[in-house]
Amino acid sequence: MNPQKRFVWAFLFFLPVLFVGVFFYWPLLKIFSHALDGERINEFWSYLSSKPFRQIAWFTIWQAFLSTFCTMMLALPAAYLVARFSFPGKKLFQALTTIPFVLPTVVAAGAFMALFQRFGLDQGMFRLHHTVWALLLAHIFFNLAIVVRTVGSFWAGLDPRVEEQAKILGAAPWHIFRKITLPRLVPALAAAASVVFVFCLTSFGIVLLLGGPTRATIETEIWRQAVWRGDISVASVLAVIQLGAVMVMVLIMNFLQKRQAVVESKVELNPERASRKLLVGNILLLGILVGLPIVILVERAIGVGDGYSFQNFSAMADRISLVPLSSLAALKNSLLFAVVAAVLAALLGGVASFFVVHGNRWLSNFLDFGMMLPLGVSAVVLGFGMLISLDTPPLDLRSSWILVPIAHALLGIPFVMRTVIPTLRRIDPSLRESASLLGASPSKVTKYIDFPIAFRALGVGAAFAFAISIGEFGATSFLPRSPDRLTAPLVLFRLLGAPGEALRGQAMALAVTLMVITAATVILIEGSVFKRETIRSDF
Amino acid sequence: MLRVENVKVPFDGTYVLNECDFEVGEGEIVVLLGSSGCGKSTLLRTVAGLENPESGKIWWGTQEMTEVPPHKRGFGLMFQNHALFPHRNVGENIDFGLQILRMTGIERQERVDELLSMVDLDGFQNRKIGSLSGGEAQRVALARSLAPKPRLLMLDEPMASLDRALRDRLLADISELLRELKQAAIYVTHDHDEAFFIADRIAVMHNGKIEQIGTPSEVWSNPSSEESARSMGHENFIELDDSGRCEIGQLGSSSGIVLIREDGLSIVPEETGIKGEVISAVFRSGITLVKIRVGKIELSTSIQGSMKVSEIVNLKISDSAVVALS
Repeated sequence: MNPQKRFVWAFLFFLPVLFVGVFFYWPLLKIFSHALDGERINEFWSYLSSKPFRQIAWFTIWQAFLSTFCTMMLALPAAYLVARFSFPGKKLFQALTTIPFVLPTVVAAGAFMALFQRFGLDQGMFRLHHTVWALLLAHIFFNLAIVVRTVGSFWAGLDPRVEEQAKILGAAPWHIFRKITLPRLVPALAAAASVVFVFCLTSFGIVLLLGGPTRATIETEIWRQAVWRGDISVASVLAVIQLGAVMVMVLIMNFLQKRQAVVESKVELNPERASRKLLVGNILLLGILVGLPIVILVERAIGVGDGYSFQNFSAMADRISLVPLSSLAALKNSLLFAVVAAVLAALLGGVASFFVVHGNRWLSNFLDFGMMLPLGVSAVVLGFGMLISLDTPPLDLRSSWILVPIAHALLGIPFVMRTVIPTLRRIDPSLRESASLLGASPSKVTKYIDFPIAFRALGVGAAFAFAISIGEFGATSFLPRSPDRLTAPLVLFRLLGAPGEALRGQAMALAVTLMVITAATVILIEGSVFKRETIRSDF
Repeated sequence: MLRVENVKVPFDGTYVLNECDFEVGEGEIVVLLGSSGCGKSTLLRTVAGLENPESGKIWWGTQEMTEVPPHKRGFGLMFQNHALFPHRNVGENIDFGLQILRMTGIERQERVDELLSMVDLDGFQNRKIGSLSGGEAQRVALARSLAPKPRLLMLDEPMASLDRALRDRLLADISELLRELKQAAIYVTHDHDEAFFIADRIAVMHNGKIEQIGTPSEVWSNPSSEESARSMGHENFIELDDSGRCEIGQLGSSSGIVLIREDGLSIVPEETGIKGEVISAVFRSGITLVKIRVGKIELSTSIQGSMKVSEIVNLKISDSAVVALS
């Protein structure tokens, strides 16, 4: 390889490294130096033992535990249904389970606020709004589908003949479940539970909107300290603690996922048709917990006075005095940021994926780990880190709009890599060798073989990055300094927090719009994945 | 033209290729024949530049190729699995090498048409790769490797994934095409019939070494070692005692293994002193493959007509068909 080409490859390699280095690791380092600075180290310890912190930490942990426990309990019957039975609309049901995954948290919070208002639960004796129960419901809403999906598919892989054998030996159904099925499900249950636990631990928008001002978790407290009180030291201390907690959970998750890899000999049995009792019970449960908030959200968005109209949607172009820009302008910002974030994520994630697959082992592991880490850090910590670190020349980006798409790209890159890397790995080495023997230089092999084959996966990854960016709230809430650069979730947050019927209607309209955009993106992704599968099978 | 000198390729503490030496002349087809794992595919990949030798050299004429990257060698390689690009149609697959050569659009189209008719696939230009049968895919792979007019074409077990009838027909087609184009080629196979059919010369490989190289009739009549003889399909190996004798009689002058080629083994009506019992007889397209036991020795040959199991027959062995092996 001549020196010029060597330089180009090195440049390409350092592009993603530089990106995460400057925009992720440098801010992380800044947080640590703020929190653990020599003079402040005593403050660090004294803060840890203070009463407010102990209250916050305690609340953070027990709400996460309770949310996780309830989610797991409610998800089990549905997972059983998906794993062991066939029923009409099963495919559709499984496709729909991806949507909550990218549904913006602010939209979900808005949906529950609409629900509470509709049924008079926002005040009086049965008040749910601004209680821990509201928080719990929203966390279940978000995670139920993910647990059903992951536990359900693991359950489907377990050999049902073991249960049949126990039945023949005369064991009662409950006994079979407890002694035979449950122990074998443990790895999947533990893995799913830890994912849900991390989600609830780092939940931000939901806690802020539904929990109310008196209920702070570590996550919301970082935001309050940094944005409202301007106390960077305390916010940094909290961020370090949050980082540590999430890292421990990620390590536990990794450990559990490795154990999950043990799969029993798989048998293809025709699944029974589900009994009506099981089916109706599940549909009612999921319908109320997941479907109802969305239905009410849509109903509130088109409900004006006693009738229905699209007045709330047409009012999105108007600016309201409490919010510095109109909903429509905010949506435009969000779309622009999401496109930039998706392009950045596809570009950098694509290049990084290539080096992970074709670089030497050291390079590959380094990039794989280094680029995935932003996913393991809560969005609030990411946004906070960027807020406090990118404020000095030559990187004074605090007032620049580009900071928002950059933060979103950091969160999108892992998704791009998770879709592109397996595709690149599946390319038969003989294809690349053939191309090379037909005269293609290494860069031409990449251009004509790797790129076209991985293009669809790159598109799917970019679409994920787009959907994440559109709804991102945690990191974004730290970033835009100029009011006309607010994103749609930020404006929605302000609208939801403001009093008044007209604002509420517009908030619902904006929430529905965001939901439609993310849902459409997911449907596009699912459709594309499905198409790719058919191409592979006829090849 | 191609010269491989003392090439050594290490793998896992041993050598997959250990001092390999051979040449391919202009327009010549050399077959690398050997059982699986003997290193023939590695040798091909080394010539192509996909593997780096630890020592030894590869020459094209007077030009040393050892350090030249694969895409600059001007050699073509056709893989066993055909390795067609799934994201390109038939025409675009064949066009790949032409595109790299930066030929003009019209030239490329002409060449693609020419190649399609060369491999009898006129009208297949826009077909998807997934829609091709095994034989069609193989022809496309051949056309694709020939398109940029490689100085040397290498074929790695091209018939391995095809059924027998198709194999015979395609082999004839490939052989005819390569001779018509005067294409220098290395053809790797483990099937001696395929080797005899297509080869100008056969290089017999064993344990990472070339045991023997020569024309098909040379290597068949005079195999240099037992492995070499086995890969050519010979079966009658006999161990001699110190005086060069065995149950059949005096076949040599000292101990060692000899081969009795089946062309020198015949069943005769008159008494010859060598009596054997037929222990199996399998009819195959006009001839009968028989196994005959003489004492503890089993000999195989083919005869015209039919024969019954446990029949006692007289054998005649011509001296010229007895080959001493190393």
